[in-house]
Amino acid sequence: MLDKHPNPAFYPLLAALIFMAVGPIVLMLANSFKLDVDIISGTSGLIFLPTIQNYETALCDILWYKPDHLDFCQLKFGGSFINSIIIALISTVLTLVLGAMAAYALVRFRFLGRDTASLTTLLVRMVPPAVLLVPVFGLWNNDFCIGKNTSFGEFLRNIFGGRGDVCLEGTHSGIILIYVAMNLPFVIWILQSFILQVPRSLEEAAKVDGAGTFQVFFKIVLPLIQPGIAAAAIFTFRIAWNEYLLASALADRDTKTVPILLVNNVSEFNIEWGVIMATGMLLAIPPIIFTLFASRQIITGMTAGAVKG
Amino acid sequence: MNTANRLTPYLFLAPAAIIMIIALLYPLGYMVYGSFRDWNPAQALSETEFVGLKNYISLWNDAAFRESLGVTLTFAFFCVFAELILGVGLALLLDRKLRGMSVLRTLFILPMMIAPVVVGLMWRYMYHPTVGTFNRWLESAGINGIDWLGRNALMSVIIADIWQWTPFIFILALAALQSLPQSALEAARIDGATSWQLIWHIKLPLMMPVLIVTGLLRLIDAFKVLEVILVMTEGGPGLSTEIVALRISRTATEFRELGVAAAMSNYLLVILLLLTLVMFTFSRIQEIRAQRAAKRIQEES
Repeated sequence: MLDKHPNPAFYPLLAALIFMAVGPIVLMLANSFKLDVDIISGTSGLIFLPTIQNYETALCDILWYKPDHLDFCQLKFGGSFINSIIIALISTVLTLVLGAMAAYALVRFRFLGRDTASLTTLLVRMVPPAVLLVPVFGLWNNDFCIGKNTSFGEFLRNIFGGRGDVCLEGTHSGIILIYVAMNLPFVIWILQSFILQVPRSLEEAAKVDGAGTFQVFFKIVLPLIQPGIAAAAIFTFRIAWNEYLLASALADRDTKTVPILLVNNVSEFNIEWGVIMATGMLLAIPPIIFTLFASRQIITGMTAGAVKG
Repeated sequence: MNTANRLTPYLFLAPAAIIMIIALLYPLGYMVYGSFRDWNPAQALSETEFVGLKNYISLWNDAAFRESLGVTLTFAFFCVFAELILGVGLALLLDRKLRGMSVLRTLFILPMMIAPVVVGLMWRYMYHPTVGTFNRWLESAGINGIDWLGRNALMSVIIADIWQWTPFIFILALAALQSLPQSALEAARIDGATSWQLIWHIKLPLMMPVLIVTGLLRLIDAFKVLEVILVMTEGGPGLSTEIVALRISRTATEFRELGVAAAMSNYLLVILLLLTLVMFTFSRIQEIRAQRAAKRIQEES
């Protein structure tokens, strides 16, 4: 429908919507550059003297200089930022590779158990993280441990040090494992619809030229479903980057991710608004960048994931 | 076909399947098993005592759990209802080639992409009784501030969710609108239908399948919300915003009753399973209908 002369009222409406969507985010950005005194006293509006003090406080453990206003580095944001990056990146890559392979098998082959696998994937998509909390807590702490008396456990203990059994709890791998498992159903589901659109003739041609199935998959199919991969990557990264609950149950002092840090500092009575908003802003920046640069892929992914759901 | 070929699909599927079995299906089974046991975090599951349905029954008689179930249902239904109306309404209003639409769509995705804990933080600040944005506005307009996260906590939490997720429905509804068959719309317009009639009798009925699936998807997601509420209210005041997901996490970590938390998780899982099945059946029916319609058209021509 092409309107040559849209109703002039639409532009104010559009502006109001944009204001509502972005307003809270801009407000947080502005506050993260204010001193607590300014936030609380309510010299509101956008006229204030910006300071990066809050960011200095948040990042104090990875700064190369010591900020003047700090005696003691309490908020160890830098370390958890690195943890978050490690966990989010590794789990995204793993999920995509494994998910794409599984989706390919489900779309292109008829085999025994295909329907079961397909249905299971569909059903476990709705499992919320809260439901996994209890079993993961128990398993990662007890059942999935390698006893320190077994030879492999002893071997690991000798390399990495520490006491007790070798457990997944408190390690990056423990968190990565649950994130990969949690995101796989969604990735498989979304990529299926993209693989369906790859023309079979291309794959046949490559096979005639002597390519094996794995070569066909990695050299022909994967490059062709790049838009799907991009969409799936953004969604997977988003969940791994933003997730709080399971990470808080599994992480220890050294493997804390940023959301955990944020929640721990918010629940205190006396909130340091400036610092906490700076932390929040740092946590929000990667997803914001993705959105600004890849909004089309996100929309594609959303429609593919929902309409075929 | 030789053996190698027959094994190929399994080789492709195996890594994903193994991970999902270890870290998803086995834990779920473990949880179902644990829900029949008296289990605290210090024990391994094998050391626990079998108590039958005790956890389930005591939950059913537990006023706090029933209240949190009620809160969850209220939250989910109000959120999805409001989001559907707002999202679809906006999509119908803005379904035209306007300059700035792509900017709006991009900016509209932001609330969904940002970490739920950050969303909770933003709203907690805006709702703050003294320094918060809303009460400052109200006071400068000469109105008494509202006790957002106190007496009206559930409403405030719902508003935050509406802010975050209306864009989702808006974008999907807009996509559905723009893929409607232009011929039907043209025909109606030539017959002299007003834009209201067009919306009521043509657009909405044609969009309905997509809208129902989108709504169900949102409903399933609304049951999963946890972090936003955790940061904003921590479930309080009292139990007024303690959704089931939050109660599970508190039962497991604060009250240290893993068996009860497992039983609670199972109740939540059953609700979600039912919703998923409804969604699944519905889209199947739609597919079959579409196929039949296509066949009929083919036969007629």
